[in-house]
Amino acid sequence: MGAKTLFDKIWDTHVVHSIKDGPQVVYIDRHFIHEVTSPQAFAGLKKRGIGVFNTSKTIATADHNVPTKDQHLPIKDALSRHQVNTLINNCDEFGVELYGLGHPYQGIVHVIGPELGITQPGMTIVCGDSHTSTHGAFGNIAFGIGTSEVEQVLATQCVLQRKPKTMKIQVDGKLKQGVVSKDIILYVISQISTSGGTGYFVEFCGSAIESLSMEARMTICNMSIEMGARGGMIAPDETTFEYIKGREFAPNGTDWDKKLAHWKALKTDKDAVFDTEYHFNAVDIEPMITYGTNPGMGIGITESVPAINPTSDPSLTKALDYMDLQGGGQLLGKKIDYVFIGSCTNSRIEDLRMVADLVKGKQKADHVNAMIIPGSKQVEKQAMEEGIDQILAGAGFELRQPGCSACLGMNEDKVPTGKYCVSTSNRNFEGRQGPGARTMLASPLTAAAAAITGHITDVRKMLN
Amino acid sequence: MEKFKKLISTAVALSLQDVDTDQIIPARFLKATTREGFGDNLFRDWRYNANDEPNSDFILNQSEVGGEILVAGKNFGCGSSREHAAWAIYDYGFKVVISSFFADIFKNNALNNGLLPVQISDEFLLKIFAAIEVDNKTQLEVDLENEQITIIQTRESENFDINPYKKYCLQEGYDDIDFLISKREEIEAFENTISI
Repeated sequence: MGAKTLFDKIWDTHVVHSIKDGPQVVYIDRHFIHEVTSPQAFAGLKKRGIGVFNTSKTIATADHNVPTKDQHLPIKDALSRHQVNTLINNCDEFGVELYGLGHPYQGIVHVIGPELGITQPGMTIVCGDSHTSTHGAFGNIAFGIGTSEVEQVLATQCVLQRKPKTMKIQVDGKLKQGVVSKDIILYVISQISTSGGTGYFVEFCGSAIESLSMEARMTICNMSIEMGARGGMIAPDETTFEYIKGREFAPNGTDWDKKLAHWKALKTDKDAVFDTEYHFNAVDIEPMITYGTNPGMGIGITESVPAINPTSDPSLTKALDYMDLQGGGQLLGKKIDYVFIGSCTNSRIEDLRMVADLVKGKQKADHVNAMIIPGSKQVEKQAMEEGIDQILAGAGFELRQPGCSACLGMNEDKVPTGKYCVSTSNRNFEGRQGPGARTMLASPLTAAAAAITGHITDVRKMLN
Repeated sequence: MEKFKKLISTAVALSLQDVDTDQIIPARFLKATTREGFGDNLFRDWRYNANDEPNSDFILNQSEVGGEILVAGKNFGCGSSREHAAWAIYDYGFKVVISSFFADIFKNNALNNGLLPVQISDEFLLKIFAAIEVDNKTQLEVDLENEQITIIQTRESENFDINPYKKYCLQEGYDDIDFLISKREEIEAFENTISI
C-alpha cells in the first residue's frame, strides 16, 4: 500500500460498503443530535416503524433554540418550547441519552462532546450541524449532515457519502502578540475564499498549529466549513492526549493504554500526497476582522476594506451596502453597538479567561451592549470557580446561560437592525444575528477590546 | 421522494454569488418540527421588508417571472447544514436549482429531497442569465436521462455531471435510507469488528 493521509486512514477503515461509481456506506462512531435538526428525522423513523440502530452511539443536547436566561423556567416562546419538548420526548421514546436544559452536561453540542471526552481521535463523528468540523481538532473525521442523513445514522449508524478530496493547510512560525487561533482561521479563509475548500477535507498542520492548545485548535477546525470544506482535522499529539485523559467518558485503565497506542499511530505518512496544499506564515497574520457578509471577507485590523467596482462585483457591492461601509476605508475607530462573545467557535474557558484578563479592572463603553454566553454548564461552573464571572460583571459584561444564542439569532438573543456587533461567532451572513444586524467576526481579544473602547480597536495597543 | 425524469420550465434568475442557507431560510423560521411549509419563508429577508410587506424589487415578488427552476450564482447553499433550505426551495415549487458551483452539504440535502442541483460551467450560467434577461419567458429543458440542459429559445445546451447512483435514485424516487436499511446486516457485521 502507498503512503496515506490521516484522513484516508480513518475514512478507509470506516467504509462498510462501496457502491460502484457511487457513494460509500460510512460507519459513524459518534452521533450528536440537537432540537432543531432532529425532529423530522425521528418522525421518519416513526413513519417507517423502526428504532435507533445503536442508542449507545448517539448523544443529544438542547442548544440552538434555548433561552440564555432563566433556563429553570418553562421556555416562553411556544414554538421553541414545543421543539425542545419534542427532543425530550423523542429521546425518551427511542432511548437516546439527553443532556437537556438543567443537566450539568448541557451546552453547545460542539463544546460538550470534547469536554466530556466523548470526542476522541480516529473516530467518525457527525451531527446535523455544519460546525461538527470542530471535533476534527482531535484527529478524527467530523462533519455536518442534513436531517435526512441524521435519519440515516439513527436508522443504520451509517451515512452514504462520496469520499472528499484532501487538502493540507500548513501554518508555520510563531504567532505575534495579540494574534490567536481565531485570527489564523479568519486569515486562511480570507486567503482561499468562502468556497476555496469545497469538495475537500482539510488537515491543518505546521508549527503554528502544533503550538496551539486543544481549545484553540477547535476554533480552527470549527471554521473549516466557512471555506466550504466539509471538515478540518489536526493529527493528535501529546496536547490531545493530555486534554482527553481523565475526562468523564475518556477511556481508562488498560483501555486507555490500548487506545493511546492506537491514537499515537494516527498520522499522515511522510510521503502521502494531498490533492491540494497551502502554506502560510504565522508572522504574516494580524488580528483579523470581517467587513462583509461572508467569512471570507476579512482583513487585518489595520488594513483597508477593498475598493469596489459595482459593475464587476455585485456581491461585494451588496455586502458593503448591507454593512453600510465604504470600499477603501479603514475599520479602526468605527463605532460599534454590540459585542457577542460565545458560539461553538469561541465560548470555552480559555476564551473567557482571555476576555477576563483583558477587561479586568476596566469598564465597557457606555453605549456598548456586551454579552458573554458560556459554551456549556461546565464552562459556566468553571468560570464561577475562577472568579471570571465577577471580573466580567465588574467590567459591565453580561454573563448569561449556555446555548448558541446570538450566533444564529434563533432565540430572543438578537442584534437589532442596523446595529454593528463585533462577534466571536463564525458567520457574518446578512441577518445571521437578527434581521438587518451587521456582524463583524473577530477573536475574543479583539471583541473584548471593542467592548472597552466602544469602537474597532487594535488590541495590541492595549496589551503591555 | 418524487421521481424526476425531465423538466421544461421558465426559470427565476438570482444572479448573486455565495447565497448562504441563512438567506434561503433564516434561523428564526427553523422552529417547526415537520418538513412542510418552509416555502412561505423562502428568502424571507430579501422577499419582505422589515414591516413584512413584500419587497417589490425582489425577483420572487415580480409577477411576470416564475417557473420551477431557480438559477443562481456560484457557491449556492453555503453555510449552515440546515436541510430546511432544500425543503423551503422545494416547498415553494422549485424542482431544479442551477448554479456553477454548489456547497457540499446543500447539494446532498437537495438530492435527498428530489430537488435536482444542476452544476454547469460559469460560461453556460452566464448564457442562461443573459437569455433570461433578454426574455424572462425563456424556457430551459433539464433532461436527467441524457444529463443535458438546453436553453430552448437559443438551442444552446451543455451536459452536466451527476453520480450514476444519485441519478438512479432521482429517476426512481429511491431514498438513500432505503438503500442503507437494505444493508443493515452488513452494517451489523461491520460493527462487531470494531472497538471504538
